[in-house]
Amino acid sequence: MSLLETKPLTGRVEEVGGPVFLEDYEAGGGYVAAKKAVTQMTPSEVIDEVKDSNLRGRGGAGFPTGTKWGFVPPGPSPDGGVKYLVCNGDEMEPGTFKDRWLISNNPHSLIEGMVIGAYAIGATKAYVFLRGEYFEPKSKLAKAIDEAKAAGYLGEGVFGSDFDLDFRIHSSGGRYICGEETALLNALEGKRAQPRNKPPFPPASGAWGRPTIVNNVETYCNVPSIIQNGADWFRDLGLTEDAGTKIYGVSGRVNNPGLWELPIGTTIREIIDEYAGGMQDGFRLRGLLPGGASTDFLVEEHFDLAMDYGTIQAAGSRMGTGTMILMDDSICPVDMSRNLQHFFAQESCGFCTPCREGLPWVESLLLDIEEGRGQPGDLEILDQNAQYIGAPGNTFCLHATGAIEPLQSALKYFRDDFERHIVEGRCPYRTNGNA
Amino acid sequence: MATFTVDGKQYEVEAGTNLLQAILSQSLDLPYFCWHPAMGSVGACRQCAVIQYQDAEDERGRLTMACMTDVQDGMIVSVEAAHAKDFRASVIEWLMENHPHDCPVCEEGGECHLQDMTVMTGHSVRRYRDKKRTWENQDLGPFIGHEMNRCITCYRCVRFYQDYAGGKDLGAFGSRSRMFFGRVEDGVLESEFAGNLVEVCPTGVFTDKPFSQHYTRKWDLQSAASVCPGCSVGCNTFASERYGVLKRLHNRYHNDLNKYFICDRGRFGSHFVNSQQRVRHAAVKANDGVFEYGDVNAALDRAVEILKHEDVVGIGSPRASMEANYALRQLVGEENFCRGLSDSERIVTDQACSILMKGGFKVPTVTEVEAADVVVVIGEDISNTAPRIALAIRQATRNVSFEMAESANIPLWQDAGVRGHAQHQRNALYVATSNSTRLDDIAEATVNALSDGITQIASQIAGQISGESHENTFVTSVAEALLAAERPLLVTGTSLRDPNVLNATAAIAWALRAKEKEPAMLIAGSEVNTFNTVVTCEGLTLNSALTRIADGASAVILENDLYRRAQSDSVDRALEGDGEVVALDVVESETLVKANVVLPAASYAEQTGTFVNYETRAQRFYQVFQPQDDIQPAWRWLSKIASRLGRTDASWTTVDEVSRSALAALPGIDASLEELAPTKDFRIEGEHRVARQTHRYSGRTAMNADVSVHEPKAPVDDETPYSYSMEGQNPGDQSGSVIPYSWTPGWNSNQSIFKFQAEVSGDLLGQSGGKRLFAVPSEPDAEVDKEFDFSVTQPTRPAADGLVPFPIHDVFGSDELSAQSWPVAQRAKGPYVLIHPDDAAVLSASAGSGVRSDALVGSFEVVIDDCVQSGSVGIAVGLNGRVEIPDRTIALVVDPDFEPRQLGDARVIAKS
Ligand SMILES: Cc1cc2nc3c(=O)[nH]c(=O)nc-3n(C[C@H](O)[C@H](O)[C@H](O)COP(=O)(O)O)c2cc1C
Ligand code: SF4
Ligand code: SF4
Ligand code: SF4
Ligand code: FES
Repeated sequence: MSLLETKPLTGRVEEVGGPVFLEDYEAGGGYVAAKKAVTQMTPSEVIDEVKDSNLRGRGGAGFPTGTKWGFVPPGPSPDGGVKYLVCNGDEMEPGTFKDRWLISNNPHSLIEGMVIGAYAIGATKAYVFLRGEYFEPKSKLAKAIDEAKAAGYLGEGVFGSDFDLDFRIHSSGGRYICGEETALLNALEGKRAQPRNKPPFPPASGAWGRPTIVNNVETYCNVPSIIQNGADWFRDLGLTEDAGTKIYGVSGRVNNPGLWELPIGTTIREIIDEYAGGMQDGFRLRGLLPGGASTDFLVEEHFDLAMDYGTIQAAGSRMGTGTMILMDDSICPVDMSRNLQHFFAQESCGFCTPCREGLPWVESLLLDIEEGRGQPGDLEILDQNAQYIGAPGNTFCLHATGAIEPLQSALKYFRDDFERHIVEGRCPYRTNGNA
Repeated sequence: MATFTVDGKQYEVEAGTNLLQAILSQSLDLPYFCWHPAMGSVGACRQCAVIQYQDAEDERGRLTMACMTDVQDGMIVSVEAAHAKDFRASVIEWLMENHPHDCPVCEEGGECHLQDMTVMTGHSVRRYRDKKRTWENQDLGPFIGHEMNRCITCYRCVRFYQDYAGGKDLGAFGSRSRMFFGRVEDGVLESEFAGNLVEVCPTGVFTDKPFSQHYTRKWDLQSAASVCPGCSVGCNTFASERYGVLKRLHNRYHNDLNKYFICDRGRFGSHFVNSQQRVRHAAVKANDGVFEYGDVNAALDRAVEILKHEDVVGIGSPRASMEANYALRQLVGEENFCRGLSDSERIVTDQACSILMKGGFKVPTVTEVEAADVVVVIGEDISNTAPRIALAIRQATRNVSFEMAESANIPLWQDAGVRGHAQHQRNALYVATSNSTRLDDIAEATVNALSDGITQIASQIAGQISGESHENTFVTSVAEALLAAERPLLVTGTSLRDPNVLNATAAIAWALRAKEKEPAMLIAGSEVNTFNTVVTCEGLTLNSALTRIADGASAVILENDLYRRAQSDSVDRALEGDGEVVALDVVESETLVKANVVLPAASYAEQTGTFVNYETRAQRFYQVFQPQDDIQPAWRWLSKIASRLGRTDASWTTVDEVSRSALAALPGIDASLEELAPTKDFRIEGEHRVARQTHRYSGRTAMNADVSVHEPKAPVDDETPYSYSMEGQNPGDQSGSVIPYSWTPGWNSNQSIFKFQAEVSGDLLGQSGGKRLFAVPSEPDAEVDKEFDFSVTQPTRPAADGLVPFPIHDVFGSDELSAQSWPVAQRAKGPYVLIHPDDAAVLSASAGSGVRSDALVGSFEVVIDDCVQSGSVGIAVGLNGRVEIPDRTIALVVDPDFEPRQLGDARVIAKS
């Protein structure tokens, strides 16, 4: 099989040896899929193909993409109103930088995926909601959009058909919560970036109250090859139940941190040892957050598991964005937890009480414990907070749930460390000179 | 209907009801913060958590937010389950991390929803050890205090201010645990509904600033059910007193009227009761023209002497009670009684009344205004003349959003979802007024014209509906919208003093009726009791009354500053002529100083009486506290005079007796006093009075310890169902219309009102307040129809140089009594005129400069606004002590000595 067939997301970039723009993209078969979809397929055929492919959302929750698209009322709206297609390029999850890479290096695959998606749901307006700091990806994407417009792949009459697609970039003001899809829509509308209640779900009432689909960058990038090579091919790419490839990433004290497109279901150990070059000398891997900062720790006993949605969930964590953060034995779990909670407390949108007030308390307790001011009973307060803040449904959105995942698992797997801090009144890692 | 189980007990509600609301409607306790009965749910605070079970077998259940859940048939929930209770206590613990424990010095203390919920959840031990977050507060103007440290981030304030009331200058700022609620910078909160923040905010962030200045705990307030005297809506209020001072007003729920909100004229306009301008002593003018004060007997004797004159005229007042007006009419006789309206107001008000009666149009309650699907406002700047109606119109424009939500399966209580889904879709509102209004932001289209122009537009709309074809797009689109409406509403009023505007509006209603539509028609009156004066009797015109006085007749002037009602020269002639005058009033006025006898009249808070609102709803207000000094209810003064004259037919001993006679004398109206509200014999469970004082009222002995250390005997109240003590009860389920304050065990704050309602936002338990005097006929009377004349007469305005004046009303300042309330006086603008830029250029007057005119009293600040037709001038009424504006063109000249008024300059309304 060619590189394009084994690495549909990154293969062409590897072949070209750098960012792929229109000429290179088309030379590698780019826009054939979009043209096929728009000129030869019905919207429902496109949705069925995506459903059959078993593509699951790459933004973290792993929701089946074709199913989500199917929720949008088909055909033109009775009231003549628009539908929206939105790409979530907010990517503020600590440890995650796959979308940045994709947009910078293969922007046309995103555009093509979105053209197909927009056609499938009947959207005439598309937005890429981009993390505010993504200046370079933004300029690359803007260039690609210009190219696609000039070629007639965007704008009025896409591929000469009667399908129009207005395509824009929106740069975020910069909050983690803007990545939550309903907060994203509020931000897009110029409102406070606070999440919305679901229902109504965006496919029924999203941007400006209209039917809207929000998908992650990587999700859209997968779509062209599914249309081009078929759902069966895509499903066969996966090693386990899940379909396709996945961009995995590793950060931490490994020899070769980075990103790799691999068949979905590759094991954790293989990713770390084969691709990330194993741990640096003198450091032992104690635990890792498999899918970004908002996922539960996995430890030694889990390292041979396959990185797919079902397996990681069964192990008590989430595949999330598939980009792992490693904790080696020089890192204090209490301090790492504090650092993470600082981030999440800081990024709380401020709407609901448990998250807004609970996370700062958790952070302040962790700081006390880390700095030797911990008191007996503090761990129980942490446990209680973790339980009450973290249970899905207790807070308004899943930000707090995600925030608590690394903490509750740290309290479980590294409890000795927490207790030692309190009993000894100091951080044991600091005397090692490592912290 | 759905049957649902709460902690083992079954209840029935309509399926789809919000679970929190359903639980509260059963009068059960469940803590909440961000939900509000008028604003629905957003799910922010997470305080209302309950456990929901899948079925009878499910023992664990799932924590769920009651306010974000629908009641489904067969649903099983627990409020008491340990996990739910624990979680709710945690929510309080989180909120308390940063909340200052300053209850002892916090104005909210004792009526704080946060205190109540804290006690209810049982959270008591502080475990959080970090520092508290602090804020700098803002100066939000004379009405509202700001203490941000107390904020628990429930978002109610912004939801009320922005989403509900359409305010633009209060927002939510920041994020995470540093959320700030206030303005971009210090400054007066612009919305005339800002005062509701005091009641909407569950803590002491937004407080009633005037109340704070002479602060008293809620439990130390002596209160009674009252009615706002601010305008013709007659919003229901709790009025509260201590130490002989009216301390504050709060909203008193009325299902058909104000529900949960009142306006700031009402809330902050009440302090005229305590004003420096208050008339406190009886006075007789001696021969040297100087008043001698304090001898009540002498004053009464002199009054009797004056009234023995062969010709006696009585001038009543639309701001005095039904009882006072009636007592005066009885005293002087119908043929000598003038209702006290200016002549122009009298014509337009009578026309309003005959339109409502003869037209047989449906007069909407405030709640019905909210239900309208197309609203057309014609000739009335309703935000300034009857503010609560404007707030209701704002809600009416949201009805389409509920329809949209319904078809998108969004629960109607899910506020953010409903608003987000509808975006800017609104029901059609059209506004045709002489100046721009604070409803224009949500109007489909607006047009500004003088009253002739408005009449013409309205006539054309009527014509268009009946099949004519006009070119004006405003006309055609209004006609089209009205014809498509299911619940069309026409709103007009008397403030332009032009009966043609009313006739033309009635013609629209008539035309709609011919098209099988049933339009509602709301006509705002000028003052709280204007519509009572209409149903009383025909009476003398003011000018004929003034002429008789000028010719030597004696006069009794009841709570009326005639200078506001007639041109100064004719009032001067009457008051400075030979006729002798007995004047009764609450506050000093230009009229009063020219009287021979002055009798200090009780304010609405110091007496029991009746006002009749725009719907002709007669509403009872009760005495809150006994008046001090010589002050007495006007009807009692008049009774005393009558009995000295041997006139038993015009003297009564209790207010109930006067009220009964007054009601019986209303022509063609059958209303008993009992139908209005409980009378003096009402007792709870047959034996208890209604206690004006709370059960925790403190310091009864100490209050007067400087005078005597013996506890004074509580005054006996022979006239109302209330007691002047804590003896008695709060009638709860027996009569909603007399609850003196809202308070039930565990619910010290105003949120307790749900315990007095049949269900959340339903009617009050027991007898609900007021009775509409005219039952609107379902079918217009065919006989009457023939006589009824909607025709519009072309006004003949003498052509002259100068500008055509028209009145502008200001919610703060145009109304006489509230303008004497110091917070309102601070908030009010100085006298001003609105002129078109072209006219300003001709005059060489810049914005902020001053102008004057021979035809007007005093100088006016120039406000340049292109909403005004060039060639006309809008004159803000009341701000210079004058309401009636000249009926001819006027010439303005620049006043070089003019100094614009600064905010906070509490100068009393200019009296020249
Ligand atoms: C706090 C929070 C932050 C999120 N941030 C992102 C993000 O940066 N990028 C993203 O694609 N999805 C993010 N998500 C997930 C989105 O809400 C949404 O599920 C996703 O964009 C759907 O796309 P997919 O179906 O293609 O995965 C976030 C979710 C939460 C709760
Ligand atoms: S959990 Fe609540 S406070 Fe936190 S981000 Fe979501 S909505 Fe905002
Ligand atoms: S100021 Fe009051 S109403 Fe506004 S969010 Fe804070 S506590 Fe709630
Ligand atoms: S002034 Fe009118 S609208 Fe305002 S509170 Fe009083 S009665 Fe209600
Ligand atoms: S009242 Fe239910 S979440 Fe606030």
